[in-house]
Amino acid sequence: MSAYLGVMRAIMAREFLRFVHQRERFLAALVRPLVWLVVFAAGFRAALGLSIIPPYQTYITYETYIVPGLCAMVLLFNGMQSSLSLVYDREMGSMRLLLTSPFPRGWLLFCRLLGATLISVLQVYAFLGAAALFGVTLPGWGYVAVLPALIPAGLMLGALGLVLSSFIKQLENFAGVMNFVIFPMFFLSSALYPLWRMAESSEILHDISAANPFTHAVELIRFAAYLQLNSGALLWVLGWATALGALAIWAYDPGRALMRRKG
Amino acid sequence: MAELEVSGLRYRYGAKQALDGVGFALPRGTFCALLGPNGAGKSTLVSLLTRLLVAPEGRITIAGHDLQTAPRRAVGALGVVFQQPTLDLSLTVRQNMAYFAALHGLPRKGLDARIDAALARLAMAERAQEKVGALNGGHRRRMELARALLHEPRVLLLDEPTVGLDAAARASIVAQVHDLADEGLSVLWTTHLTDEVRDSDRLLVLHQGRILADGVTRDIRGGQPLAEWFLTHTEAVT
Repeated sequence: MSAYLGVMRAIMAREFLRFVHQRERFLAALVRPLVWLVVFAAGFRAALGLSIIPPYQTYITYETYIVPGLCAMVLLFNGMQSSLSLVYDREMGSMRLLLTSPFPRGWLLFCRLLGATLISVLQVYAFLGAAALFGVTLPGWGYVAVLPALIPAGLMLGALGLVLSSFIKQLENFAGVMNFVIFPMFFLSSALYPLWRMAESSEILHDISAANPFTHAVELIRFAAYLQLNSGALLWVLGWATALGALAIWAYDPGRALMRRKG
Repeated sequence: MAELEVSGLRYRYGAKQALDGVGFALPRGTFCALLGPNGAGKSTLVSLLTRLLVAPEGRITIAGHDLQTAPRRAVGALGVVFQQPTLDLSLTVRQNMAYFAALHGLPRKGLDARIDAALARLAMAERAQEKVGALNGGHRRRMELARALLHEPRVLLLDEPTVGLDAAARASIVAQVHDLADEGLSVLWTTHLTDEVRDSDRLLVLHQGRILADGVTRDIRGGQPLAEWFLTHTEAVT
């Protein structure tokens, strides 16, 4: 068993070292949600009236509303970043080193996923700290309570990244992921506007957004930040995380897709 | 008993038959060159031996362990140097070695000594703290070779390991790996360069997915220089 934990420690340490060496990546992950919080929210709040909806018990500012969505956005971008670095690893060959380890491939992928998720969570806390400097805060204990929500949400989005990385053949195709995965997931969710507002303009868009796993990640984080458990959202997130994780292990099976291309 | 045994191996990419009934056996302490022109199926064979791909037909055993039924033991007995570098350039030589050691489940206790010994074997001991990105191509390859020996494998697989190296680095790595075979390691060295093969080496010639020749180099080439023999028999375009 200690050998399994040794593999986990090594893979996570490597992810962490790579993260430390990429300062630009950390800054981008910090600045992106802050731009949304400071610039977008300032322009948008006048246009969007919010009623009192759970978990909030009073009127809130628009900035306060979008913080959980932006936390999930950090997780989403980081999951995709991790997928990008997997494709890079594959092009550079270091993926072979990982995949020729004698440990079960599922375990290796899980360790990699966990490492990426922990880095995502660190970035979320950096964002929450910066948001607090701009006067947008959570209830005190919310900073602790949000942690058990960030982990499954990060695992789910990281697993999505793993699945995508097994299908993306080349780094150049990554722009497509931005257009067809990140943007629809983010905009068709409750990150920027409550779903009831969406329903006013389109029932179909509302239904799509309600089924979007990213919406459930956002709501899980939102409720946790206000010290409440949204068990429906938790089940969705855990279910999707498991399904995507299983799909990733299947896609990385040596008899299947990943390495089937020649060379 | 053979350290590496392959029999009836077939693999296809769609309609293209990449390997068609490949079989051979390497006894202990053999240096075997696997020579083949580009597209002969060498990379496919390497992917199958390292379990990056799984063959629907055929059998591979490494140090007596079947790769299909006992993959952990089989892969654990195999050291690999891939054609593409597999190093983290931003980490030091020692950090790269330690990462690999963990991936192979080696205990942390005594790991430093093990890494030092593996590096010393390849005359790389003084480079342990250097970042891999600062090493030249020859040193990087030697480091990869040292790393492949870290878990004391019984079979060493090198996939065109001299690609991109200058003449001196090439000659040095060819000599070092021959020494390893003399020490008892079974080595499979894939290449398309005939000058890397010695007359006393075991030679496998792979062409269009099949083994064209299997024996001692000097017997195979007869009176011809190997390069000439190879060109005649594989109709390679130079």
